[in-house]
Amino acid sequence: MNDVIITLIKIVCALVWFLIITLYLTWAERKESAVMQDRIGANRANFFGIRVIGLFQPFADAIKMIFKEDFTPSFSRRLLHDAAPFMSFFFTAVTISTIPFGKVLKVGGKEISLQVLDLNVGILFVLGMLSFTIYGVLVSGWASNNRWTLLGGLRGAAQLISYEVALGLSLIGLVMVFPSLKFSAIVDFQGELLFGWLPQWGIFLQPLGCLVFLFAAMAESERVPFDLPEGESEIVGFFTEYGGMKWGMYMFTDFMKVLIISCLLTTLFFGGYQVPWMGADGFHFPWGGEWLLPHGIVVLFQVLIFNLKVFFFCWLQILLRWTYPRFRYDQLMDFGWKFLIPLSLINIAATAIIMSIL
Amino acid sequence: MLKQFGYFYQIVKGSVITTRHFIVNMFFHTLNLFGIKTKRKGAVTIQYPEVKPSVAARHRSLHRLMRREDGKPRCVVCMLCATVCPSECIYIEATEDPDPDIQKYPSTFIIDLNRCCFCGFCVEACPEDAIRMDTAEIELARYNREDLVYNLDKLLG
Repeated sequence: MNDVIITLIKIVCALVWFLIITLYLTWAERKESAVMQDRIGANRANFFGIRVIGLFQPFADAIKMIFKEDFTPSFSRRLLHDAAPFMSFFFTAVTISTIPFGKVLKVGGKEISLQVLDLNVGILFVLGMLSFTIYGVLVSGWASNNRWTLLGGLRGAAQLISYEVALGLSLIGLVMVFPSLKFSAIVDFQGELLFGWLPQWGIFLQPLGCLVFLFAAMAESERVPFDLPEGESEIVGFFTEYGGMKWGMYMFTDFMKVLIISCLLTTLFFGGYQVPWMGADGFHFPWGGEWLLPHGIVVLFQVLIFNLKVFFFCWLQILLRWTYPRFRYDQLMDFGWKFLIPLSLINIAATAIIMSIL
Repeated sequence: MLKQFGYFYQIVKGSVITTRHFIVNMFFHTLNLFGIKTKRKGAVTIQYPEVKPSVAARHRSLHRLMRREDGKPRCVVCMLCATVCPSECIYIEATEDPDPDIQKYPSTFIIDLNRCCFCGFCVEACPEDAIRMDTAEIELARYNREDLVYNLDKLLG
């Protein structure tokens, strides 16, 4: 019974963290793009006259979205049209369950791992669930029963499937180096030291794989340099026939993908919750010093550093999104098939050769 | 594949520029947040309804009619402005002035801002410098069309 309650609490905490951070990513995107472009950004939303640099903006947006008319075109396939946004939303949201926020929290002699679900096939689960979001794109394009949304959905599916290949291949080198597909084992492995001083993070073991993963994952999130499915400026995307909160869910899913990609980058390539040289009882510096900390502080540190890393990668993705112009369709396909996939294959071969020599 | 590496350098360069903008602006935003006043601001934005933007000296804003020293309008009803106006939005009626040097003054002078295109030809045409467009009044939105018909009293200010 206790375990069930603990698991439920963990689910709620992870989901709330995920949704709140995603909500504020919409705000962060507006503010960051504004600062990059010498503007101020959304700062008018207020709550009884209190405006804290626009921090209430996401709530204002959400309220607007919810109270808009839930419009469904008469020619659409009603059931699928309603279900499609939830497909994208659900399959993206479940991925957070495998991400470790910290190692273990000891409360009253009980060890609670700060991870909802420690699957043996953690990486495969996340990749699989992210693949399922393609159905949201395809079904919405088809169920709208509009030729242009169908085209948009097909373009989106083509892009997502192409980059899924690169995404999977970029992780193979990582899987070869790391002992397991389990996220907890991966993060534990990254807590060890290389040459006695360098943290054994994925970025140091797989620099090329990290780069390919970043590009492929950004393409998976369907945002601007790779925004073929939406193409606000020129073509009709797959969610043209959506309005109100159903459209909002697609937008929300995009931001959720940004966050989950940041989580994956952190967990796989940047040591997850590992602070360099920090073990379960405090810091042990390679030059001999040590700084012991109580258990609670260590766990707090781990969760904080995980959040910091995730926020950094969210920042990076938003930066890239507001820096680059978008790809043309053929350029996008060239980049995926002729550049990223050969690069990831080279990475696999190089990793295999180095591993057999060492 | 080599071609892609060619623009890789430019891609990195682009993100360095945006990162620099972000960091520099963020630095000044942070200073301002802690109440440290700097000459340079983090953003070029003007918080419009609270802070009015300064209007350039040559900006063509709302018209005004000039007065003589004794307070009467300078206008001598030569009708040049009404003639040159491409929108035909100026309507003038003349009255005889007792002073023989002036001869005429306007009893009615209406500029219909609904039609005005703010070209400034009336200002250029005026031989008496009686009409100017330098009030820096740019918030001209009204709820009624009638409010945008400016008569002599409104124009003399």
